Amino acid sequence: MSPFLALLARDMRLAVRVGGGALMGALFYFIVVAMMPFAIGPDLNLLARIGPAILWLGALLASLLALDRLFATDHEDGSLDLLMMGAMPLELAVAAKAIAHWLTTAVPLIVITPVLGLMLNIDMSSMGWVALTLLAGTPALTFIGLIGAALAVALRRGGLLLAVLVLPLTIPVLIFGVAAANAALVGPAPFGPPFTILCALSLASLVLGPVAAAAALRQGLE
Amino acid sequence: MQLRGGDLACERGGRLVFAGLNFALAGGEALVVTGRNGAGKSSLLRVLGGLLRHSAGRIELSGGADEATLAEQSHYLGHLDAVKPSLSVSENLLFWTTYLGGPRGAAIRPALDAVDLAGLADLPAAYLSAGQKRRLSIARLVAVRRPVWLLDEPTSALDTPSQERLAGLMRDHLGSGGMIVAAAHGPIGLDGARELRLGRPAEPMS
Repeated sequence: MSPFLALLARDMRLAVRVGGGALMGALFYFIVVAMMPFAIGPDLNLLARIGPAILWLGALLASLLALDRLFATDHEDGSLDLLMMGAMPLELAVAAKAIAHWLTTAVPLIVITPVLGLMLNIDMSSMGWVALTLLAGTPALTFIGLIGAALAVALRRGGLLLAVLVLPLTIPVLIFGVAAANAALVGPAPFGPPFTILCALSLASLVLGPVAAAAALRQGLE
Repeated sequence: MQLRGGDLACERGGRLVFAGLNFALAGGEALVVTGRNGAGKSSLLRVLGGLLRHSAGRIELSGGADEATLAEQSHYLGHLDAVKPSLSVSENLLFWTTYLGGPRGAAIRPALDAVDLAGLADLPAAYLSAGQKRRLSIARLVAVRRPVWLLDEPTSALDTPSQERLAGLMRDHLGSGGMIVAAAHGPIGLDGARELRLGRPAEPMS
């Protein structure tokens, strides 16, 4: 097994074992979305209209939930020191951790999304499209959040700093994610343009996120 | 191979920890770094491991593998054990063996035997004592061959038999041409090791 796969497998294993946060994100997402109809009331048309926005906001907050522990745990038990001394570039190590985080946090969330349509008066057939926008957009959330997680370790500030740093950067993802989901559900705007921009945002953050996060970790060497 | 530090200085939080540090170490030699608390022993080891920036001076490693940095050829045993409580003993060791570039499909059994943890291979590391975690951490030095060992008070939390076993491992490592830089307060079982005494930055150093 290569170092990259070993780190990926270790992080996924840690996430699903005791003390890991694999399903917390999906559970949080489920609860946030389930609370919305209670807050908004039984106006089915309104729910259907703002449904995609609720789903996307829920997904955004849920994917940030466990992110601040991404490097913090490794920093606290000394693993981060050793991760930096491997022959593999730190950028790749950081990317492996982010992919493991995405697989254990974002994928369960995408899987339960079609079911949540029931709560928001969106019919099952179009929920597949919403899930597709989340599949395309959540990697961007994870990899942008990665930079914040690395900075939180480097600056020795956890928790809230991450949200303050990362949330503004995720606004474009939110805009195009909701636009694509709305286009798929209600139209009349075409689905293609916002969806391709969403994919582009994910691909760009896939490259920039690990580089920036590794730079932040190196900067924090003190 | 040779490890050489010239005119090294390190600054942390605006305070000069040490300066003008010179040392040279050849294969098969050990250097024991001593000094009072806060003299910069751990900082020196972290500088050598590439985990801390030095503010002046240079570190050279010659005669090792080409293109590999000193950090990639060093094992760092710090105060923290880098052991994940929810993974078993063998999973912990197997991960670090793979990550740190051990041979593919390497057996971790001999390394666990070397630190006398073979009987606990399947136990979650959460149930290990401090000394056992330390030994698990030491096992990775055995499992993956790297020529430079940077040991920060390696005997802490170890009982007497384990200290002797560690001394044996260190002698084997030196015998096979490796190098050890260790920070210590007391004897760690390395006879004939050279000593680098860290004092205040202004004083001249060996």
